Amino acid sequence: MSFFSMAKTVLLSLFRKPSTRRYPFVVRPFFKNTRGKVDIEIIKCIFCGICQKKCPTSAINVFKVEKKWEIDRLRCISCGLCVESCPKKCLSLNNQYPASMTERAKEVFPDA
Amino acid sequence: MSEYTVVPFGPQHPVLPEPIHLDLVLDDEKVVEAIPRIGFVHRGLEKLVEKKDFLDFVYVAERICGICSFIHGLSYCIAVEEIMKIDVPPRAQYLRTIWSELSRIHSHLLWLGLFADAFGFESLFMNCWKLREQILDIIEETTGGRVIFGSAKVGGVRKDISREKLSEIVAKLEAYRKEIKGITDIFMRDASVKHRLVGVGVLSKEDAYKLGAVGPTARGSGLAVDMRRLGYAAYGKINFQPVVENAGDSYSRCKVRIRELFQSVDIIKQCAAQIEEGPIEVKVTGLPQGEFFCRTEQPRGEVVYYAKADGTKFLKRLRVRTPTFANLAAMLKMLQGCQLADVPVLILTIDPCISCSER
Repeated sequence: MSFFSMAKTVLLSLFRKPSTRRYPFVVRPFFKNTRGKVDIEIIKCIFCGICQKKCPTSAINVFKVEKKWEIDRLRCISCGLCVESCPKKCLSLNNQYPASMTERAKEVFPDA
Repeated sequence: MSEYTVVPFGPQHPVLPEPIHLDLVLDDEKVVEAIPRIGFVHRGLEKLVEKKDFLDFVYVAERICGICSFIHGLSYCIAVEEIMKIDVPPRAQYLRTIWSELSRIHSHLLWLGLFADAFGFESLFMNCWKLREQILDIIEETTGGRVIFGSAKVGGVRKDISREKLSEIVAKLEAYRKEIKGITDIFMRDASVKHRLVGVGVLSKEDAYKLGAVGPTARGSGLAVDMRRLGYAAYGKINFQPVVENAGDSYSRCKVRIRELFQSVDIIKQCAAQIEEGPIEVKVTGLPQGEFFCRTEQPRGEVVYYAKADGTKFLKRLRVRTPTFANLAAMLKMLQGCQLADVPVLILTIDPCISCSER
């Protein structure tokens, strides 16, 4: 049984640097493996629609006739299944999170 | 004859941001009985198995719980692998064990923090979560996700950890042991913490057995139940004993989790020493037919996965029994006879994960 056992930790932290980062000035780098957002190299895409079928949250829409690929960033859970199943390897997972949005819109990639 | 008061507790309450409702029948300040109601966050994930490809369902299984996500995914994979008679390569088995233990460390640290918060020790809470952040960094670096690992896969694992990285992790965890000790000693020794925990919410060994308690709740009452002893993944080749405490009160349940933190570090160390080079996955061909009943140990206790397949690419039935659901009966028993002010602490001692138990 001890009293004030937290006091040492608390007092020491008065003389230490803060454990948190001063965010906008110090940005935490993402790791190489971090699953961020899905990127597409639209030139390589053949609009087969496998990613659309595989997506667990139905965030991806592929329009074969219009040659258009779109993703709903708000639904995407960055699981990486589309990247794994893409036959042309045109999808990739970036390690940055998607930027905040001002409206609920889908990001559309028309064929180049 | 005394008059009883019924105090509704939840679904929105100060203990945890998860919805559980309890009708607390009080005699003055003493709880006579607690009547639970759950079902506020039912998501129907078990039904979804009929619509998702059995290989892709791992992603859904992982998202049943936000804390023990990896072990949910792993249990699902084990169930499917056993049905399909797939031999998972040894390296994948060890990697699965390492990630399971990392998720146990992060879950226990999260719980210690929440627990400190529940009895009003804010700075201890912050310090626990500060430590947890370093574990989350290791997890993110190796798997790509902070709490949703996404690395379990039917037939193996998705990501590999290089030999250098592995020894780096072990060195980090060894250094980390001292930091954990510094924080957990406060839980174990501080007078104000002990005042809130010792002798509160006693669950006897018989009650724990009869009510089907699992995990640290059962082990805190002297029952040596630990599903890791069944030897799934690489646990069969690891030398460890279940952590058991005999007092059965909140303090001993806390002690079990603290000792498990160090045990997990040991297990990861053993895995890193034993792991051999080799493939990390095997190709899965064919469709599952049959059924399997899989039991694994989560940070909160035993989870049961029952999977039934009928030879199509969709499973016919998936049933998940999560540890919190098994521990609810034990929690109600603990609540009987305690003070109203102790209710939040006692609810937390079973480490409840309500969304998990409702799926």
